[in-house]
Amino acid sequence: MFGRLVYESFRRQKRRKLLAGVAITLGVGVATAMIAVATDIGDKISRELRTYGANLIVTPQEDTLDVQIGGVDLKPPSDGAYLNEADLPKIRGTFWHHNIVGFAPMLPVSVRVSGDADAKNLTLLGTYFSKRLTFGKEDFATGVRITHPWWKVQGAWPDDNSSDVLLGESLAARLGRKTGDEIEISGQAHRVAGILSTGGAEDAQIVAPLALAQQILGKPGAVRRLYVSALTKPEDALSRRDPKSMNPEMFDRWYCSPYVASIAYQLQEAIPYSRAEQIRQIAQNEGTVLSRIKGLMLLVTLAALFASALAVSAAMATAIFERRGEVGLMKALGAGNVSVAALFFAEALLLALIGGVVGFAGGALLARQIGRSIFDSQITIEPVLFPVILAIAVIVTFAGSAMAIRRAVKFDPVYALRGEA
Amino acid sequence: MRSRQNSDLINRRAATPHTSMFLRMLMRAAVLRRGRAASALLAMVVAAAVATAMLNLYVDVQAKLRKEFRNYGANIVVVAREGEVLPADALEKVESALAGHGLAVPFAYVVARTSDGQSVVVSGTNLDQVRKLDSWWSVTAWPNHSQDALVGTRAAAVVSPQGKPFDLSFQERTIHINPAGTLRTGASEDSRIYLSLQDFENWTGVQPSTIEIASSGSSEEVNALIQKLSQALPAAEVRPIRQIMEGEARVLGKTRATLAAAAVLIIATAALCVLSTLIGWVFDRRRDFAIMKALGASESLIGGFFAAEAAALGTVGAIVGFAVGVGVAAWIGRVNFHAPVVPRFNVLPVVLVGSIAVALISAVLPIFLLRRVQPAMILRGE
Repeated sequence: MFGRLVYESFRRQKRRKLLAGVAITLGVGVATAMIAVATDIGDKISRELRTYGANLIVTPQEDTLDVQIGGVDLKPPSDGAYLNEADLPKIRGTFWHHNIVGFAPMLPVSVRVSGDADAKNLTLLGTYFSKRLTFGKEDFATGVRITHPWWKVQGAWPDDNSSDVLLGESLAARLGRKTGDEIEISGQAHRVAGILSTGGAEDAQIVAPLALAQQILGKPGAVRRLYVSALTKPEDALSRRDPKSMNPEMFDRWYCSPYVASIAYQLQEAIPYSRAEQIRQIAQNEGTVLSRIKGLMLLVTLAALFASALAVSAAMATAIFERRGEVGLMKALGAGNVSVAALFFAEALLLALIGGVVGFAGGALLARQIGRSIFDSQITIEPVLFPVILAIAVIVTFAGSAMAIRRAVKFDPVYALRGEA
Repeated sequence: MRSRQNSDLINRRAATPHTSMFLRMLMRAAVLRRGRAASALLAMVVAAAVATAMLNLYVDVQAKLRKEFRNYGANIVVVAREGEVLPADALEKVESALAGHGLAVPFAYVVARTSDGQSVVVSGTNLDQVRKLDSWWSVTAWPNHSQDALVGTRAAAVVSPQGKPFDLSFQERTIHINPAGTLRTGASEDSRIYLSLQDFENWTGVQPSTIEIASSGSSEEVNALIQKLSQALPAAEVRPIRQIMEGEARVLGKTRATLAAAAVLIIATAALCVLSTLIGWVFDRRRDFAIMKALGASESLIGGFFAAEAAALGTVGAIVGFAVGVGVAAWIGRVNFHAPVVPRFNVLPVVLVGSIAVALISAVLPIFLLRRVQPAMILRGE
């Protein structure tokens, strides 16, 4: 009998059920989408924050002092120690290699350009643009196009295996060269592949493939500095501690967390005779910006949950309020409060489950759409979210119905049947 | 209970002055069905509040986040052209152009020699300002006496490994420096020594060649400022720090887009909530509708009556909701950004029009559906 009541109620009152069901579906959909976006936003924003460039720098251990003002080296760049280029792919073998977005080696050398009226030494910066490297079975590309996304090139990026060069914007203007011209650097002619604009010291420099700089310097495999861009976890109490003072268990936990300090430590392990350090301007600020945006989205998600809970409750209350006549009839035929309430709750449960499943699917699609259109990447939906969302849908639907059901049950059948409310 | 309510009604009816029938019907409808009217109003208020809070946040979040982004330091740099120096009034000009919306810090640089002949870069600057501008500098102790210096960690390893005072010379002039604290940034500052501008100028006689500026404006304001400064300081090169500006623009843009998507979803849900509540409310009163029709009211009068009711509900709900929403936005601002979100009154008309529109739709829709039904059918309870 109970089953038939529920079944008939759904069969005969399609319009009302549909309205309530749509409200639940939309509410659950919005909640799912917002929760998915909020849980993934930290990851997405920390990737966006990588547009600020490298947050770690690796230098040779035995390095002499930089004598550099405004990005211009005043010391002959030929003295000092070097890292070995052959060690660089080993970065891919570190514990947190998935978090390392990219790296770019730098080797400044001082050169002369024939036809330069000022005839003074210029800096030629050797680096990777988008160099293909292999580590083990892995094949990957890295270079300044990843670590320095604000570098803009007019023309084309040179190939890493060519001997083409980029000219800094202000240098190109001074020398009167443009894309496609030839330039004679230290007695050798090179093609200008493009004009580089960075807003920094590179605007007055020549930027070339690393191999070319090494050849000019006469030191194959030499790298002066290495910039590493890594996804990191914001600092907390553990990360601020000195790893030397930790006990082994704590050290393991520290080592296996993607703190900027532990990644620096691992880089130092991977590259012999090196010193890795965080670039504090980038590394330190990431955490605050990230936590603000995450906090904002969390609060907004709460607002979304609140709004959708309210929408579901309102729809359920309306649906039940309209059925007082039915309640009156059931009670007049001898139904107890409990069985009437049970009927309504069973219907609510059914609606919540159907609405929850459809809403979850819709919300997941919505979240993917948001991810694709805003962040150009998928927003992953944790499968664990499904039971949670379903439980929330049932609880909210019950809570929304409870008040209305109580009122409906308490209603005097005589008035209900007379059609007075 | 019924009869008491009725006599109560007659008394009150006698007591009220004779206003127009239309207004009286409106008032009575709200008073007699207090519970349902209140729940409709509540839905309206909540929806308007949520909409207000989201719109307010959306408008204000840029300003709030921009403040966080200024922790990344300068976004504009003024550098003297090669072989020239910045005019003496450069800093004043920059500060007047900034008009308090940011920070400008001068830097002077020389290459000095240590007693054992090593070259090291020494910079003179306003240390108090630097502390505000470059909040990421990790410093053991800030200098506060004359001839106290901030020594970068790598420079410290060369010039004074034990933290003892040391001498530096520049063009035959020597200064005795007391290292007050060490500085660690992970960048070129680590190889430098920072002195107060006054000590630096007394020692070297060199004027600042660089001014770093952190402007807290939007990207248009920053570009306008760059234009203005280039005109005011022809001897200098004024350029944006692209690394900082582009990163900021990108992250801000993405955050705002996400927030906009969230706002659309939330406002749509809230509107849906109002719609379903109000439709239920109006549908519930189909007997009123039938009686009015049976007594000879024209369809336009009935439509007007329900529409006026909905408009009144929408207006009250929007105004109360606006106040609540501003409060919610301020609270979110305080919790998350440690600064309240400023109420934006230009959001009010949007919320008002939106609320009334939703209310009107939800009032007119049931009337439209009931239009063809005979009043007798409704009164019979079918």
